[in-house]
Amino acid sequence: MIDLDSYHELLETLLRNKTRSFLTGFGVFWGVFMLVALMGGGAGMKEMLSNNFEGFATNSAIIWAQPTTKPYHGFRKGRMWTLSTSDIQRLQEQVPQIDVVSPMLNKWGVQAVNGDNKFNANVKGLLPNYAKVETPKLYYGRYINDMDIAQQRKVCVIGKRVYKTLFPQGGDPCGQLVRLDSVYYTVIGVDYSTGNMSVNGTADESVAIPLSLMQRAFNRGDEIEMIAITARPGTTINDITPRIREVIARAHHVDPADEKSVMVFNTEVLFGMMDNLFDGVDLLIWLVGIGTLLAGAIGVSNIMMVTVKERTTEIGIRRAIGATPRVILTQIISESILLTAVAGMTGILFAVMILQMMELGFTEDGIVQSHFQVTFWIAVGAAALLAALGVLAGLAPAARAMAIKPVDAMREE
Amino acid sequence: MASPVTPSARYNTMIHLHGIHKTYFGAQPLHVLKGIDLDIAEGELVSIMGASGSGKSTLLNILGILDDYDEGEYSLAGTLIKDLSETRAAEYRNRLIGFIFQSFNLIGFKTAVENVELPLFYQGVSRKKRHQMAMEELAKMGLTDWAEHYPNEMSGGQRQRVAIARALVTRPKIILADEPTGALDSKTGVEVMELLKRLNREEGITMVIVTHDPNVAAQTNRIIRIKDGVIEE
Repeated sequence: MIDLDSYHELLETLLRNKTRSFLTGFGVFWGVFMLVALMGGGAGMKEMLSNNFEGFATNSAIIWAQPTTKPYHGFRKGRMWTLSTSDIQRLQEQVPQIDVVSPMLNKWGVQAVNGDNKFNANVKGLLPNYAKVETPKLYYGRYINDMDIAQQRKVCVIGKRVYKTLFPQGGDPCGQLVRLDSVYYTVIGVDYSTGNMSVNGTADESVAIPLSLMQRAFNRGDEIEMIAITARPGTTINDITPRIREVIARAHHVDPADEKSVMVFNTEVLFGMMDNLFDGVDLLIWLVGIGTLLAGAIGVSNIMMVTVKERTTEIGIRRAIGATPRVILTQIISESILLTAVAGMTGILFAVMILQMMELGFTEDGIVQSHFQVTFWIAVGAAALLAALGVLAGLAPAARAMAIKPVDAMREE
Repeated sequence: MASPVTPSARYNTMIHLHGIHKTYFGAQPLHVLKGIDLDIAEGELVSIMGASGSGKSTLLNILGILDDYDEGEYSLAGTLIKDLSETRAAEYRNRLIGFIFQSFNLIGFKTAVENVELPLFYQGVSRKKRHQMAMEELAKMGLTDWAEHYPNEMSGGQRQRVAIARALVTRPKIILADEPTGALDSKTGVEVMELLKRLNREEGITMVIVTHDPNVAAQTNRIIRIKDGVIEE
């Protein structure tokens, strides 16, 4: 009996009530669509947000100076002070848990010029070890190295947008000259990193030059604006923050308890918040998706119940002329599975299509920025889930159909 | 056709009932059948008469293996019908019994020929074969032209003839008819009775007709009257 006839019977029953079958199936369709689309969309969003932090060390902190808020050592509160080059050594020597100490200077709104092309760039004075805080994605050339620092070479690494504006014709710009204010710098690299998590302006609008050169060319003495540090593995920033503050504060006659003056911004906290946020979003996606899907399946079950009730006479007749209970059970469950599966597959298909479109929308220069598409196995899992739901949804109606006695057919007149 | 029927000594006795009791346990227990003893021989055309509530429908349900009995013994074509599983009951109904109902009980969304095919479908007969058998059966009823029509496109008499074709297509041992003319006008009713009589006469099929129409009962070989759950002699 497992032949075309059974399928014929099934299709006939479902097609006899097209509107009802369609509406019932729509519940499941929508449930699966929501689940798959949310899963893909959630993963894509997560990746998009993570992109903002891409390349940024997660166990890092930024230190900078603010006017004091407490009187100390005879100084009044509200005194301005700055970090200096000597703080680098202090931190390295006195806080052993620190891995990288990367000082930086910067200046906003510096005109970068190449021929007729101008860009209002953010100039950053960096050391090579800044690459360990914020990993550059070098599209052309190299990053600033120790020789650039030692010899105070007039070289620069330009960001993506700077490059696109100054060199609209494209090509490798390395070796060409870019003017900042009145000084010419040789381009040595192009940094394509697009993360939005960055210190003092995003990398794609920045021009990075050696720190030692910047202190001289922009008249900054041994002044340092910010110090980025990363902690050694196994150390959390929180543990060493008081020590960092103490080391810096003491050297500058600032109260070590003055948290608003020696700012230590812990990026770890930020990342932790993001992680929690994503966990929450994931949970929500599962709740909403599974909830909608379940509601759809219950809808199928409900409608099948009504259908069985309506078909009491028919089922009774079938039983009277020789249908075994198993035949009836198989028929009702198959109907349920078929309805759920067809509607669900359509849902998966539709969701995959939408996700593919999203993914295409977020593709730049042929590089997929954010992967929205669900994996093959998630789709297979969803399909398996559907089959299981189909069986479950069919159970109650099938049980009711089985309970119909052939005699009932005659009573229902 | 492989028959589940095992031949026995009482081959000529098609139906054998002995001391059948049936009680419906509801709010008020209802003792419907109070010891029915009945033998129907092969090839007989028998009618069962009785007032409503006399237990004749219950008896028919028991004969048709649609309902169980509490006490006694029922053999159909030499097979003891007692405490059957639903699956076995379905199989026996399918192979041994053909039903004809007052309200025809055709499946409305299936054509005449599909309705006739249905019992064969449950026997697992191939599509081609059962279509051919169903068409033959319809031809006997003079309904070849109506094979592709749906029940609601047919007259009562035609529908009942489709139902008879459906009952006969499995070559059952007995036909159980519940008020076969009840929903038909007198002229069509006579035609259907003529048809049933002819089938009984020519093909030798045992028939049990439940009716309260004395004209119908008068055309049968034997009338069994039931009153208050026992057979009146």
